[in-house]
Amino acid sequence: MYDTLIIGAGMSGLAAGIRLAYYDQRVCILEQHYSIGGLNSFYHLRGRDYDVGLHAVTNYVSPGTRRGPLARLLKQLRFRWDDFALAPQVGSRIAFPDVQLDFNNDIDLLRSEVAVNFPEERDNFERFLARLIGYDELDHQDFDVSTRQVLADVFTDPLLMEMLLCPVMMYGSARENDLEFGLFCILFRSIFLEGLGRPLAGVRLILRHLVRRFRSLGGELRLRSGVKQICADDGHAVGVVLDNGEEVSGRQILSSAGRVETMRLCGKPPTSVSAPAGKLSLVETVSTLNTPPDQIGCDRTMVFYNDSKQFSWACPSTLCDEHRGVICSPNNFRYDRAVPEGEGVIRVSTLANYDRWQGMSDEEYGLEKIRWYDRLVESAVRFVPDFRSQVIDTDMFTPKTIRRFTCHENGAVYGAPDKQPDGCTHLSNLFLCGADTGLVGIVGAINSGITMANRYCLNPGQK
Amino acid sequence: MNAAEIRTEILDILENIAPDEDLTDLKDEVAFREQLELDSMDFLDIVMELRKRHRVQIPEEDYEQLASMGSTVKYLEPILGAESA
Ligand SMILES: Cc1cc2nc3c(=O)[nH]c(=O)nc-3n(C[C@H](O)[C@H](O)[C@H](O)COP(=O)(O)OP(=O)(O)OC[C@H]3O[C@@H](n4cnc5c(N)ncnc54)[C@H](O)[C@@H]3O)c2cc1C
Repeated sequence: MYDTLIIGAGMSGLAAGIRLAYYDQRVCILEQHYSIGGLNSFYHLRGRDYDVGLHAVTNYVSPGTRRGPLARLLKQLRFRWDDFALAPQVGSRIAFPDVQLDFNNDIDLLRSEVAVNFPEERDNFERFLARLIGYDELDHQDFDVSTRQVLADVFTDPLLMEMLLCPVMMYGSARENDLEFGLFCILFRSIFLEGLGRPLAGVRLILRHLVRRFRSLGGELRLRSGVKQICADDGHAVGVVLDNGEEVSGRQILSSAGRVETMRLCGKPPTSVSAPAGKLSLVETVSTLNTPPDQIGCDRTMVFYNDSKQFSWACPSTLCDEHRGVICSPNNFRYDRAVPEGEGVIRVSTLANYDRWQGMSDEEYGLEKIRWYDRLVESAVRFVPDFRSQVIDTDMFTPKTIRRFTCHENGAVYGAPDKQPDGCTHLSNLFLCGADTGLVGIVGAINSGITMANRYCLNPGQK
Repeated sequence: MNAAEIRTEILDILENIAPDEDLTDLKDEVAFREQLELDSMDFLDIVMELRKRHRVQIPEEDYEQLASMGSTVKYLEPILGAESA
């Protein structure tokens, strides 16, 4: 009998596991996949290491900062700042036709870019920043307010509003076209007021720390152990049944499988769940270059691009959205050690239609991957120098890949559009963590695991 | 444990919670919140660590006693006094 069973060895499940094992609980993490990480995984292909998921860790703050989500998670998991070895970004861009806004981890750059490109909005932007700085993410306010509405009240030029929405929605909106203003505040802070960073070794470094810590505290991790059913008795979860039929019992269960997915494990068909699963999934092209990208002028960390004045964020009717996306180069961070010379990587991600990708035969699937690699890269090089003649290897992942890595219905990246911030379910001792509690991204997922473990599974008043 | 030993133990807990912090100049009479910017989650951790290490239960209404090093040591002295360090 375990004290707590955790479904999923992604960022949120591992973080929750560390908290509970640290305080001497018997904890078991059950993971369906043969490796850890969920959406944030990594793989080795033709002699090279790649990350799935991670472009950049958001919420970057410099060493010694005591406040904010990154500081909180380091303290809660007992890591040193150096353990994650985050190097700050070089600098990023929001690129629309004829106008672009550069930003880095110092908000003054974005301030001056707004002042230069939208002089009449200067004071509005200042007031808006003050409001965002004052937002307390633990209060969970303004989750019933439309961001588009708020922005329309603050700014007079709709183009600036579209440009600000672009990176924020790309980095965490499970909703189409608009998002909750509370979530906007959290995401805006995580990208612009704090910033972007990345460990040289990629996401595997963070995962390795998490899993080692969990194991050294006595936590058990079982890979290839998908949960197929959550068993309940009288409104109370008593354990789970694994894909191989084995039963495992626990006093409480924390699930990072997603809300709809967790309800399904309880035997509730999706139609009986009031909130639908998300449908925003991603495709990503990976191009390995024979040169560091900055040598050919691709010197930005991220470029969030959109090829018209209006930004839209919705499941495309075609296989992929060719009009917008994000271009990321993991080379363009200020690492303190030199990156091995010679090669570089550029990744282009954009929205994709899960139903269309998954409805294809294997042969069609292979062909479409090649076709869309070309189309997406062609679309992206309108906003960065054309790197195509430098490409020496390519790869691509699709919504099908995401589904395989995470089991999230529709390969949804940011979970369901309606969040469940308190993590509660119809069973008194079954709780959700991860994207469907409203905290997205790597730092968000880790903090959601910590918060839910603290709130429900560790009870300081009793033992 | 005497007052000095309790102080050392609390320092150890703080070092554990915030490994990046330099605690050498920690002032006993200034609130942790001010000096280290500890938040409510950190205070909960101090409570949990005490439970883990010494099996002491600190009722929620007493959390405010843990505001600074001085008040924490004073509060814990009668509780941990009988324990050997
Ligand atoms: C292309 C891409 C780029 C991204 N870029 C960034 C970025 O740059 N910065 C950033 O901060 N975030 C980024 N993210 C988002 C980030 O990856 C996620 O927000 C985060 O990893 C979510 O973690 P999680 O633990 O909530 O969920 P998941 O990672 O989905 O973990 C859930 C785990 O549960 C397992 N599971 C599910 N069902 C079962 C079951 N029935 N039984 C057992 N196990 C089960 C899954 O296999 C999975 O391992 C990106 C995502 C993608 C796809």
